[in-house]
Amino acid sequence: MKHTISVLVENKAGVLARISGLFARRGFNIDSLAVGITEDKNISRITLLVDGDDYIAEQVTKQLNKQIDVIKVRKLDQEEITRRELVLVKVKMSSDQRGEIIDIVKIMQGEIVDISHSTLTVEMSDKPEKIDLLIDLLTPYNIVEVARTGTIALQKGAAIV
Amino acid sequence: MITGAEAIVRCLENEGVEFIFGYPGATVCPLYDKLTKSSIKHILVRHEQHAGHEASGYARIKKRPGVCMTTSGPGATNLITALATAYMDSVPLIAFTGQVSSELLGRDVFQEADITGAAEPFTKYSYLVKNAADLPRIIKEAFHIASTGRPGPVLIDIPVNVQTDKLDFYQPGAVELRGYKPTIKGHAGQIKRVLRAINNAQKPVICVGGGIFAAEGQKELMQFSESINIPVVSTMMGIGAIPTVHPLYMGMLGMHGKSIANRAISDSDLLIIIGARVSDRAVLLPANVSKNTKIVHIDIDPAEIGKNLDTIIPVVGDAKEILKQVMEEEPERKSDEWTGLLKASREKLTLDYEPRKEGINPKAFVNLLSRTLPDDHIYCADVGQNQIWSAGNCEVRSGRFLTSGGMGTMGYSIPAAIGAKLAAPDKAVVAVCGDGSFQMQMMELATICQNNVDIKIVVMKNNKLGLVKEIQKNAYKNNESGVDLTGSPDIVALAAAYGIPGRSIDSMDAADEAIGEMLSNKGVFLLECIVDENESSM
Repeated sequence: MKHTISVLVENKAGVLARISGLFARRGFNIDSLAVGITEDKNISRITLLVDGDDYIAEQVTKQLNKQIDVIKVRKLDQEEITRRELVLVKVKMSSDQRGEIIDIVKIMQGEIVDISHSTLTVEMSDKPEKIDLLIDLLTPYNIVEVARTGTIALQKGAAIV
Repeated sequence: MITGAEAIVRCLENEGVEFIFGYPGATVCPLYDKLTKSSIKHILVRHEQHAGHEASGYARIKKRPGVCMTTSGPGATNLITALATAYMDSVPLIAFTGQVSSELLGRDVFQEADITGAAEPFTKYSYLVKNAADLPRIIKEAFHIASTGRPGPVLIDIPVNVQTDKLDFYQPGAVELRGYKPTIKGHAGQIKRVLRAINNAQKPVICVGGGIFAAEGQKELMQFSESINIPVVSTMMGIGAIPTVHPLYMGMLGMHGKSIANRAISDSDLLIIIGARVSDRAVLLPANVSKNTKIVHIDIDPAEIGKNLDTIIPVVGDAKEILKQVMEEEPERKSDEWTGLLKASREKLTLDYEPRKEGINPKAFVNLLSRTLPDDHIYCADVGQNQIWSAGNCEVRSGRFLTSGGMGTMGYSIPAAIGAKLAAPDKAVVAVCGDGSFQMQMMELATICQNNVDIKIVVMKNNKLGLVKEIQKNAYKNNESGVDLTGSPDIVALAAAYGIPGRSIDSMDAADEAIGEMLSNKGVFLLECIVDENESSM
């Protein structure tokens, strides 16, 4: 089972190392981890996707809370959040394949952000499942590079962490 | 303007630090230079690991963070075992390490080690100080973090140039850490649930761990168990939480514990865990316990609750506060039926205190030793068979039993005893170790002599690494491998080389008199007890 956990931390050196070390040490499996600054420049938000049962999710939450530099931890309800991930996909293609790829990108509501004689770079921001689908659709062509940001999420409506 | 080193010394004086256990080196020279002008006494250890252990023994008795200090690189890495030992047993330490000059950081220069990185899993928090101006704030925060909530070691790594940089000294304001607000009082709703669970229970048991000492709640624990008539078992870290001779005390639980303590737990219908981690040594099969037993877990660290054992009623907070809160609710007193049953079984236990044909009976010896010592003595047990003999047989009345419970670090007892004695000069302090563990700490005899530390040292000598030998006997078809200590020195002669009086005994007939001689000796004394190598730990 996947859990999305939002963590507010002090924005200072060593915090990410401490937190990633904690996961390795305690054997927690992290699917993705995205870090960025928040509306307050002293606070960063880490969004984690954790794979595991409820026991693991609870342990992750408790161990994170124990860290001095962790300000808040919230396990987000999958139904109550807006999730997004950004991907860049570089596809190598021949000129006769270009039209097909552009069609796929259009349907998926992605964007072509770079083009050369032999490559196209596609950008898309969406739910992780949609990103997976885009990659799946592009796989028959020659994907040469993929960069994904990892999932970020916020609660729907007025709720905040 | 003063230097960073002067600021550190001033901050430590303001925190009331009496001793620094340390070992100098190039990157802490500015600090050592300023220490000579301070009221703080420096205790020169003979190995950095023992600086940490001595600070640990001091902290556990003084109930204040112990301070240790080493140089960068190997000095710092030598300290790691002591940090890990303190971390596992929740002992508050402040560890200062020197570091190479900040402009050289990350270049692998002479005696550079990433100590904040290396020690990260074993510290509650750590700092790498970049600006001298931060020192007063950081030191204040470090003492706060180390000594509040679940106590633990805090590391402050200070590049040598930060020690010589100038700053305008200031008194830091109140510590404000928005991510660190330990819960002290128990949640009122949970207290009510605990009350109901106690009132509904027929066979409740209290399992107490080291957390009760951190909370200084021994008195409340005794009141609680006596007023409701609930038997108490302890983990190794909890030994002495209530006197081991108390009628309601059923002994230490777990792998090396008393059968009656384990039975009390498996037969109970309510287990109240107070300040204990319920690790594998304490509860071998956590799942078996929780099946029929309702579990209340009281701990200041929410991450310990539900980690190893399913908990029905979690209560986060300070053990002493929560015990007071529960008692205010006036839980019903339990009948004598359950405690009577356990007490009767306890009386039937036969203790193996028979004299041996050859050598000392170690269980009888530690029992005799602890009974001869004053009520408030401090007993430091090492790790190995000697730890189990001590844990199972020594009497702790109003004093303390100090040992490395979580890490099981050999070589803890003598440095811990040194720290404990400096914290409580009026109390009798004894360190009991084996001949294996003795050789991991014997360099500290020099520290003892240099500072006239009056501790008593007992070495159980069987010329083997006894506990490993026992594992090899039971699980590896008696194939002894790497456990023979041949080549060890004559320990009494070694002590004599330091000018430390001592004697060796090999029969219980001499035990009483030898203990008398040791305890009446003014100053340090070493007593070697010859033990047969086939003595079992249980």
